[in-house]
Amino acid sequence: MNNKTTQKDLFLMLAFAAVIFAMPIWLEPIGASYPDLMQKFAIFGIFAIGFNILFGLTGYLSFGHAAFLGIGSYTAVWSFKLLTMNVIPGLIFGTLLAGVFALAIGFICLRRSGIYFSILTLAFAQMSYNLAYSVLTPITNGETALQLTLQDPRILDDAPLSGAGLPSTELFGVSMSGLPGFYFCAVVLIIAFYVSLKIFRSPFGLKLAAIKSNQNRMGYTGFNTRPYLLAAFVISGMYAGLAGTLMAVTDPLAGAERMQWTASGEVVLMTILGGLGTLIGPMIGAGLIKYFENIFSAFNENVLHEIFSFLPEILENLMVFIINPFVGKGWHLTLGALFMVIVIFLPGGIMEGLSRIAKWVRKDRSKPTGDDMGTAKSKPSPGEG
Amino acid sequence: MENVSNIVLNVTGVEKTFGGLQALSNINLQIEEGKTHAIIGPNGAGKSTLLNVCVGRLAPDSGTVMLGDETLTGKMPYEINQLGVARVFQTPEIFPELTLMENVLIPALAKRDGQFKFNPFKSLLGDKKIHDEAMSVLEDLGLQDQAQRNAASMSRGDKRRVELAMCLVQSPKLLLLDEPTAGMSRHDTNQTIEILQQIKKRGMTKVIIEHDMHVVFSLADHVSVLAQGAIIAEGTPEEIRGNPKVQEAYLGGAHL
Ligand SMILES: Nc1ncnc2c1ncn2[C@@H]1O[C@H](COP(=O)(O)OP(=O)(O)O)[C@@H](O)[C@H]1O
Ligand SMILES: [Mg+2]
Repeated sequence: MNNKTTQKDLFLMLAFAAVIFAMPIWLEPIGASYPDLMQKFAIFGIFAIGFNILFGLTGYLSFGHAAFLGIGSYTAVWSFKLLTMNVIPGLIFGTLLAGVFALAIGFICLRRSGIYFSILTLAFAQMSYNLAYSVLTPITNGETALQLTLQDPRILDDAPLSGAGLPSTELFGVSMSGLPGFYFCAVVLIIAFYVSLKIFRSPFGLKLAAIKSNQNRMGYTGFNTRPYLLAAFVISGMYAGLAGTLMAVTDPLAGAERMQWTASGEVVLMTILGGLGTLIGPMIGAGLIKYFENIFSAFNENVLHEIFSFLPEILENLMVFIINPFVGKGWHLTLGALFMVIVIFLPGGIMEGLSRIAKWVRKDRSKPTGDDMGTAKSKPSPGEG
Repeated sequence: MENVSNIVLNVTGVEKTFGGLQALSNINLQIEEGKTHAIIGPNGAGKSTLLNVCVGRLAPDSGTVMLGDETLTGKMPYEINQLGVARVFQTPEIFPELTLMENVLIPALAKRDGQFKFNPFKSLLGDKKIHDEAMSVLEDLGLQDQAQRNAASMSRGDKRRVELAMCLVQSPKLLLLDEPTAGMSRHDTNQTIEILQQIKKRGMTKVIIEHDMHVVFSLADHVSVLAQGAIIAEGTPEEIRGNPKVQEAYLGGAHL
């Protein structure tokens, strides 16, 4: 039993890495294979995978994780300004600082559970947003967002040639723009996924799942649940910080809007849409939301008129009138509708849908011959923790 | 009382009121090592409340609870469990979303790892020893074939057995059982009695709350009768059976 599971996990890891590295190939036909978008998939994938360690395993719903995203971004940009354009120090400092903040915020918020916990995290995130937006402008540059300038010291880098423009982020000489930037994010994503897999399979992970199942029982079973929850909170905060640093890597700029509650809410949607508490689901949810955001927000009234130009004019205008509110800036309306449909009909998210299809296919296949029960091997859904 | 070192659980002068209701009044109880002590009494007598005070779910208004030399009053439930007290609740408290195996692994981990251990990179499945431990307890309770089943899908009686397995895997110094056979069929009840008799041979000290007199007389060395928050009689099962005060307060004259 043990060997089989280890093998399955190894296979899962390899498959995951292959799928991620091959993104430029299989995303080509759906027009999503350009680096900017693929980086987004990877970055929000990391954010959602980390968020799932808290929300998916322990059931504690944080509405404030965008704060850690922002802290990661600011720290990374400061590292680019003061130290070096090499991304590694920024990555490390951003993740660690997010962890420190998560420790402090988690320590306070975890004095409560349920809705009170969620409200506390939301309050903290809004405070962070306001601090970043107005109070701490010397650090965050407020409304204009923190950016690189030619006057930045960058003490670890060679002085730029005079007349050169702003430097770009790099990894030991390789510029982090375009495809290399994506592959860098992809490697970080694969490592992040591996860590999450290890956590899911560890005694620590089982205890987190048990807290979600019956926290009361955990007490009478001899566990002090608070430090477990805090550890999960800090880990997920560090994942968010890591995702934030990668945002700064792909675009060295950090603004307060990254910490807004809508960003915190988005990761909740991603996790639930993909499949709460599953290994792969949150990543899928993140990818889908970013993909559809990209498509739907590209539409505008003119594009719609073009699409429906084959219809008689009155119908064309009607269609444009109906669809227009759901695209472009109105994309969140579509997202909201999609989310409602999923939660009502597929509360387990995409992963539940996939496993239902898998079950249905298996049944369908074993019916006509009736004798291939053995060949229709139970293929467990990969995300099941 | 004669031999203090032999007393595992020592409850002295415990009082508890809820608003105006006197749920426990001046409870004194000494339980010797290896003995099975039954607490009987009508519904609402305060039996569960007494266990709640013992495991740290409720703080008593006054009085103390000691486990050997350790004071339990004022401690958190997890500290009390780590000192060696395990409890089966009146309504099963298990982990419904997890498998039976996982339900039993968790208390086994608590016993091994203590109240907190951060080991996110250790493989649980690679840890054969703890799985063997859990499996052997599941076997003791006849649940081994269902180890991979979800606990939520079990019958109420089986859930109770799962909870018992969760307690036994910790080999506690003191096991508290709140109506462990309620909701069980006759057959399952007898099986549970058998299991509890076996534990007794291993020398585990137990407090058992029970309505089923058959269970009480099969297991208990000593019986305390609780009515309206006070202990009204104590003695061996035979003494209790013949006590007219008990018959009146508890059994309304019914035959034992
Ligand atoms: N947490 C509580 N708050 C208020 N009243 C309680 C609480 N727990 C128990 N009681 C009351 O105390 C009395 C004893 O209850 P309990 O100990 O559950 O009785 P039983 O002997 O049936 O187990 C009952 O009247 C019950 O309503
Ligand atoms: Mg009771």
